[in-house]
Amino acid sequence: MTDVIINLGYLVAAIFFIVGLKGLTHPRTAVRGNLFGACGMLLAIVITLTNHNIIGFEVILIGILVGAVIGALLATKIEMTSMPELVALFNGFGGIASVLVAGAALIESTLRTHFGAGGHGPLMQVTVATAASGLIGAVTFWGSLVAFGKLKGLISENAVLFKGQQVVNAILALLALALSVSVVMDPANISAYWLLVLVASLLGILLTIPVGGADMPVVVALLNSYSGVAAAATGFVLSNNVLIITGSLVGASGLILTKIMCKAMNRSLTNVLFGVMGPAAESATADEVYAGRVTSASPEEVALLFDAARRVVIVPGYGMAVSQAQQPLANLASMLAERGVEVEYAVHPVAGRMPGHMNVLLAEADVPYESLKDMDDINPYIDQMDVALIIGANDVVNPLARTDPSSPIAGMPIIDVDKARTVVIIKRSLSPGFAGIPNPLFAADNSLMLFGDGKKMVLDILAALKDT
Amino acid sequence: MDVLIAGITIFVLSIFVGFEIITKIPPTLHTPLMSGSNAISGITLVGAILSAGAQHTMFTATLGGIAVVFATINVVGGFMVTNRMLEMFKKKPSS
Repeated sequence: MTDVIINLGYLVAAIFFIVGLKGLTHPRTAVRGNLFGACGMLLAIVITLTNHNIIGFEVILIGILVGAVIGALLATKIEMTSMPELVALFNGFGGIASVLVAGAALIESTLRTHFGAGGHGPLMQVTVATAASGLIGAVTFWGSLVAFGKLKGLISENAVLFKGQQVVNAILALLALALSVSVVMDPANISAYWLLVLVASLLGILLTIPVGGADMPVVVALLNSYSGVAAAATGFVLSNNVLIITGSLVGASGLILTKIMCKAMNRSLTNVLFGVMGPAAESATADEVYAGRVTSASPEEVALLFDAARRVVIVPGYGMAVSQAQQPLANLASMLAERGVEVEYAVHPVAGRMPGHMNVLLAEADVPYESLKDMDDINPYIDQMDVALIIGANDVVNPLARTDPSSPIAGMPIIDVDKARTVVIIKRSLSPGFAGIPNPLFAADNSLMLFGDGKKMVLDILAALKDT
Repeated sequence: MDVLIAGITIFVLSIFVGFEIITKIPPTLHTPLMSGSNAISGITLVGAILSAGAQHTMFTATLGGIAVVFATINVVGGFMVTNRMLEMFKKKPSS
């Protein structure tokens, strides 16, 4: 096929991607949107296979077969609770693919020069893009692997910090920059490229290691953006428009999500990536906040409370995912609904380990899409709620964010559950959340603590409710 | 130079299109958005196929081949898992 037809085909594929993403704006059209995206991808692949430069199909077919089997297995076997790990892993794979493709393209272009076929060496713009692709791709790959390890619990979920970390990072960044210049100046020296990839790999690890568990949504979103930018850079290497378009779409998407996550924590991106949360020096200790003020309740008492309620809001957090409480929780909600109670879910943007994590888990448990409410939508009428049930969430409902300007979470938007008539908190203990500060909500007059494992407690409430 | 200018133009305009569309996606669908956009960022597969198929040297073909595997995992896995999630969101209203 001629280049014109190939490029027009790529344009059609890009349109499919854009229309597909647009479909994701509503659950009704989302499945179709995703199919559109897949069709666009299929089209792009088929067109590419007609390229006259391709002389053998064995490697391609074997590669696609192996990749498709692994991808399909991962996609069908994964538990919904493990979705953040899987997305992190896929991000990384996109990154490493960019590294390899840019490396191969660099070698090919210098070969052409040696044999006099191309006349001159690779153009400056190509080598700049190659260096960018190698750098961003390698950071994405290793950063994603670290994120995967943290989410899976293979490495410490806590922030790993050591003295001089910033200095080491700065040196590595400068080194990467110098190597990039070297790649641009002397493309024939391939080893400079692989050295760049090596340094970028170290950088990727060191940049992700200091990020703590609850900040993971930001990192996963940011790596998502990087994988797009790496693809776009590879597009510049190959002068391939479909890569540039698609890569920048994904880059923009990841960046928006990153911004939303940061805003939801009232922290800047630099603060999330480099700073740990400030020490809570001024704020009260756990003993001062909790001493003698915490009221604990039994599942039976909570069931009575629900029995008398007309409106209930459920606030899920990462703890719900950990104890796999989503299904019993959904059953509890539907039982209440059958008794005429209006049940809604309030989901904080950073609840869980990736954007939208809670929503996916609740959707899996057959919770109707309409009852999943965003923080900003539910806060204005949360004072009309008879019962607010908090399960596995802590910092996102801590009223200190509103009241204590010296608190590390000061100014972070929270779900104002303390305004509900009664607040029930299912939690294993009074231990602090990620921010490391006590939560006065647990000691409030209208709060009841239900100490125990999330899933077990919900099942106990369900059983008690059946008896009433 | 023309190719570069065209590339940069496309790049910048696509970012704007991306911002316009993606800000309209509700937070509830953010996880599928991530896995779905992740799948389409596997478009690097196109470049991988070219390297693997052109076979300039054994080494570049191998690099291309490995890249094909990684990118295909990204593409196939990404679309399938997104579909799985979105089906869960869809079935609700009818039941």
